[in-house]
Parts: sequence; structure tokens; C-alpha cells
Amino acid sequence: MRVGRVVVFGALLAATALAGCGSGGGGGGTPTLNWYVFKEPGGAYDQAVANCNKQAGGRYKIVYQALPTDANQQRELLVRRLAAKDSSVDLVGADVIWTAEFAQAGWIKPWTGANRAAAVKDRLVGPLKTVQYRGGVWAAPFTSNTQLLWYRKDLVPNPGENATWDQIIDTAIKKGKSIEVQGNQYEGLTVWINALVEGAGTPMVSQTGKVTASDKAIEDAARIVRRLATTKAAPAGLGTNKEDEARLGFESGRSVYQLNYTFIYPSAAEVTTPKDFQKRIGWARYPRTVADKPSRPPLGGINVAVGNYTKHEDVAFRAALCLSQPKNQAIASEKGGLPPTSEAVYNDAKVKKAFPFADELRRSIEEAGPRPVTPAYSDISLAIQKTFHPESEVQPSDVVSKLQDRLDKAAEGKIF
Amino acid sequence: MEAATTEATRVAPAPPPKVTERAREERKLAWMLCAPAVITMLLVTGFPIAYAVYLSLQKYDLRFPDQKEFVGLSNYVDALGSSTWWGDVWNTSLITIVSVSLELALGMAIALVMHRAIFGRGPVRAAILIPYGIVTVVAAFAWRYAFDPASGFVQGLPLISDTAAPLTERGGSLIVIILTEVWKTTPFIALLLLAGLALVPDELHEAAKVDGANAMQRFFRITLPLMRPAILVALLFRTLDAFRLFDTVFIQTQGANGTETVSILSYNVLINRVNLGLGSAVSVLIFICVLLIAFFFVKVLGTSTAQQRGEV
Repeated sequence: MRVGRVVVFGALLAATALAGCGSGGGGGGTPTLNWYVFKEPGGAYDQAVANCNKQAGGRYKIVYQALPTDANQQRELLVRRLAAKDSSVDLVGADVIWTAEFAQAGWIKPWTGANRAAAVKDRLVGPLKTVQYRGGVWAAPFTSNTQLLWYRKDLVPNPGENATWDQIIDTAIKKGKSIEVQGNQYEGLTVWINALVEGAGTPMVSQTGKVTASDKAIEDAARIVRRLATTKAAPAGLGTNKEDEARLGFESGRSVYQLNYTFIYPSAAEVTTPKDFQKRIGWARYPRTVADKPSRPPLGGINVAVGNYTKHEDVAFRAALCLSQPKNQAIASEKGGLPPTSEAVYNDAKVKKAFPFADELRRSIEEAGPRPVTPAYSDISLAIQKTFHPESEVQPSDVVSKLQDRLDKAAEGKIF
Repeated sequence: MEAATTEATRVAPAPPPKVTERAREERKLAWMLCAPAVITMLLVTGFPIAYAVYLSLQKYDLRFPDQKEFVGLSNYVDALGSSTWWGDVWNTSLITIVSVSLELALGMAIALVMHRAIFGRGPVRAAILIPYGIVTVVAAFAWRYAFDPASGFVQGLPLISDTAAPLTERGGSLIVIILTEVWKTTPFIALLLLAGLALVPDELHEAAKVDGANAMQRFFRITLPLMRPAILVALLFRTLDAFRLFDTVFIQTQGANGTETVSILSYNVLINRVNLGLGSAVSVLIFICVLLIAFFFVKVLGTSTAQQRGEV
């Protein structure tokens, strides 16, 4: 009796193990490609997967493996698998800031020949920069994202293309209202600081992790951060706010300006008091750090990369191209509110309807200031966050030496 | 048994040891019965610890696998020479000492209530245990949202500013973290102390009462000394736990505003920066701290499970 049970259990185990191999699809049959990418709540990624599976006609089958929405957690889960050479990671929905790290570590495959040409065809310059590292192309740009300066049309005038941070802080103080930003100690803070430093005219860090920004640029950024945090323009909880807290703060009516991604626009339609809240929102380009230089808005987004340990290299590249094609970008805009990376998609009628601000969006993405492309990106981001948080204690006089000290330690692999 | 062996050793070598065949078989059986547990423990705890020590002696960053090399104690030198490590040790100790002291005082009060409860003993105990049954991450979120100016109710309470945002500055963050910890784990201490209270015989109290001791004197002269073993065990467990504090801080501040604990540092280096060498060194240092705390309790304060059982 007991022996019988053990045998049955063993057989079950073996069957599961075999099934596991089967899904890898070693020989014959349709190869299964796992696409690890964040859980997109609008269903846009599900539909992109369905489209491609249909288009593939049995040559491959993509399975959507949903990751958390938090970029740090997505990376942690993927890094753990890739560092262990997990062959089930066929396709990676890579955040724009991972390219250098994943390429340097040998976790994703370089794109060459016809695949490479197809991946970069007709893409906007900003997103294109995020797939390039050391002269190679490491992913196909899929969706993009940027922040606009949202303002209350009923309370403040249109800040225009050339508004500076100082001007909008002045206006907010005059109105007794605040400006919503992302001030928590997390990636969103790096996004803000990077945009400020880039806006002062210099990229922050080189590919090897050396500080390239001038002292003046970093001090300018620190001065704005401190000014916003220590005046009446600071919203409650500035130091703990992320994207969603900023959106809620803006919707509550406590603020006249908000720096945030495009998701806040559809959300504004749901606001009930006042009922016409969405109509009261205007948009403008990201504010300038210094008056005489154009702003460099933040750049986000997802690129599709091919995992280095996949057993189905050929079809994986084809699937990545399929997922990132303009048709699926349009779906991502419409259903997920995620801006396209292909120029032509901005003229699509559906996209224009989803984004009444499509022109501003496109220009901002084109002229964005991407975050540093370096393999030690997560170290650098952590160093920036620790230096600029809490915002009210940032001192322009010592910010450069503090940042430099942390970045040096990061580069040497030390504790900071 | 022991006496027999000693005698056998003394008179040796002449007669053979008086271990019977049966005793030997039983001992063998005992080892065989223990073996699976011992092997499992070695596999699941011994191996990871040994591997972490091995990793901590390497320069090993997952992003630069080619640069892997043996560097001896250099990771430890880095960690111990860094002001961040010592700052985090200070933060962790502060949170540990304050929260464990509060928990002990509150836990004792709750244990006395549970011990003396005449009616509704079951519901009282269950109600007190609820916080301990809630997942730490959920509790941490609940407290974070309670104190958040956008979603919290705390700002609506009297005597508290409507725009107070405690989690944006150090003092406030530490208070919220400590409150969460105290709320969450006081029941644990209370439970252990309740078990200790049960060890105090009622006759002693009655005798003291007859001798004219008041309630205060009875508590400090009789209850507390007899409960010492239980208190020390409760303190030991909670101190070890509190020193490894991670989840509450991770959810509420992520280590911002000068609330970084040693576990958060280890997470940042090991999981975020994927620096396996340095991260393992930090983890081993935390392990050593925990060993030191345990050593202090066991050797200096004389905690032991034997005492807990009332054998000493």
C-alpha cells in the first residue's frame, strides 16, 4: 500500500518534470516564449501578445509573465533569474534604465543585421538612446513616457514653453497653493533630479559612472529642490510622495501645478468634485532649470530585449519585433496610456484621441534628457536619492561634494 | 549511566566497558532518528551561512562577473570603515532598545491583565493577540497610511497639526516605526510573560499578604524575581528579532530620513546593487552582532531554557 503510494507520487513528480521540459519545447512543436514585463492594467500588453501569437501562425507562442508595477521590484526578480542563467527568460520588457546593466552583465543579447535595422527603424531619438550601449543595440524600443507640466487653467495662466522652476514656484506661492512632484526616496526622485541637472545643460554621469555634470548644474538643481521644499509651494508629504500621491494631491485641489506622467489625464476624468476637473487641466512643457536653456524632460518607457539564455533565439527576436511594432504601440497608447516610440504612431487618429497633448508629448520625448546609461545605474540612482533626500535639508553649498563622495564609493563597490 | 561510564573508564583497561548490546543499539537508533533532522539543518542553515562567509571574502558583483576575485577581509574593512555602517548600527540599536523596553513594560501589563482576567478570559486573550496575527507588511502599510497626510486619520486628531507628515522627517519616522513594532509584537512578549506568571505559585502571594506586604511589594519582591527567566527569554527573542528589523522600515521609509537599519543596508548592497561580496560581508556582520547579543543574554544575564523550565 505504502509502496504503491510512493510509486504514484514518483510518477506524478516525473510527469510534472517532463511537462516542465515540454513547455521549454526542446524539439518539435511550437516553442513557448516567456515575456517578463510589468503588469499593465489596461490590457494593452495582453492584446499585443494575442496579436503576435495570431500573426506568428504557430511559429512561436508568447506567454505574458506579469511582473510587479514597481520598477525596482521588476528588476530584482529579473536579475535573480538572469544571474542564475534561467533559460525561461526569453523576452524581457526592460525599463529604459536597465539597458547598460543587462548588456554589460551579458543578460540580454545584442541586436545585429536585419533585426537591428528593424528595431531602430523610424524611432524617436530619445527612446533610441535608451537601447544603445557601447555602440550596440540591445533592445527594440516599445513604449515611452515623459512628464508634462500640468496646471490648473482656471487658477493660473498658461506657463508657456519657457517657464522656469523659479517662475512656477513664485506663482504657486502667490496663489497659496503647491506644486506636486515625486519626492520620496525612490527612483522617481532620481527622475526629477536628473531632469533638473540635464536642464542646466549637462548630462549627469558618463557611461563609466564618472560625474560629468558641472558643479554649477548640480548646485542649480539643489537650489530648486531646496526652494520648493522649504517654501509654501511644498505640498504636504513632499518627502514621501510618489506619482500617485502627487496625482491625488493635485486632484484634491491643493496644488496649481503638477509634474507627472500622462496617466493623470484619464484619471482626472473620474474626479467628481468639481465635475469638470479634467477640463480645468492644461499642459505645458517641463519647466526650465535655468532661463537660457531649454528644459530636458524625463524619459521613461519599456524596451523589448531578448534574454541571453533563451533556447529560441531566432523566434525570440522575431517576437520582440512583433511586440514592439507600431500597431501594438497604438494599442498601448489607447488602452494603457503609454506613449509610442515610433514617430508615425503619433499621427494615428486613435492615439491623437487618447492624447490631446500628443504634439507636446512627442516633442518632450524627442528632446528628453535620458537618465545615465551605465551598468552601475542602480548604485548611481541610490547615491542621487540619498544625496537629495530629505529635500528640505539639501544644501547647494555641499551637495556636490556629498554626491561626488557617494558616486566614488559606488564606483569602487563600497558602502555609501 | 554516566556513573557507570566513569567507573568503567577508571578501571579500564582490564574489563570491557559495561555498555550492553541493547544500549549500544539504542544509541545507534537515536543517532539514526536524529540524522535526518541534523542533515536537514546542515543543508538549510549550515550551508547558506558557510556560503555567505565564502562570498564575503570575494570581490563579486553580479554585473561584472569577470572581475570576480578573492580579496580576503577587504569587504569587512570597507564595511567597518564606513560611517554608513556605524550610523545604521546606531539607528538599529536605538529602535531596538526603545521598542523592546516599551514592549516589555506594556507586555507585562497585558500579561497581568490576561492572568487576572476573571470573565471573558478567552476573548480577552484573543483580542490582545490580533496584532501579532497580522502580517508585518500589512501592519506596516496600515500605520504608514494612518500617518500619511493624504490618506491618514492621525492628522484629524486633536493636538496634531492637520499638515503633519511625520514620515518626512527623522524623529517622526522613528516614532512611527517604533509604534508599529510595539503594536505588532507586544502580544508576543505578553504571551511569554503570561507563561512565566503561571510559574509563580499563589501560596507565596498569600503568605506575603499574611505578612503584610502590599501589592507593589508583592510584585517587585515575589512576582518579578520568580519570572526572571521568562523575562530574559522574552527579551532575548525580541532583541534578536528587533535587531534584524527590515519589513516595517522598508515599507514605511525605505531607510530614508536617517532610519536605515543594518538589514536595509544589507538589502541595498546585496539585492539592489547585486554586490554579492560586500553584501555578504554586511550580512555576516549582522550575524555576528546577533551572536553577540545572544551571547550577552545567555552568559552575562544567565538566560537559559533550563531556567525557563524552572529547573534551576
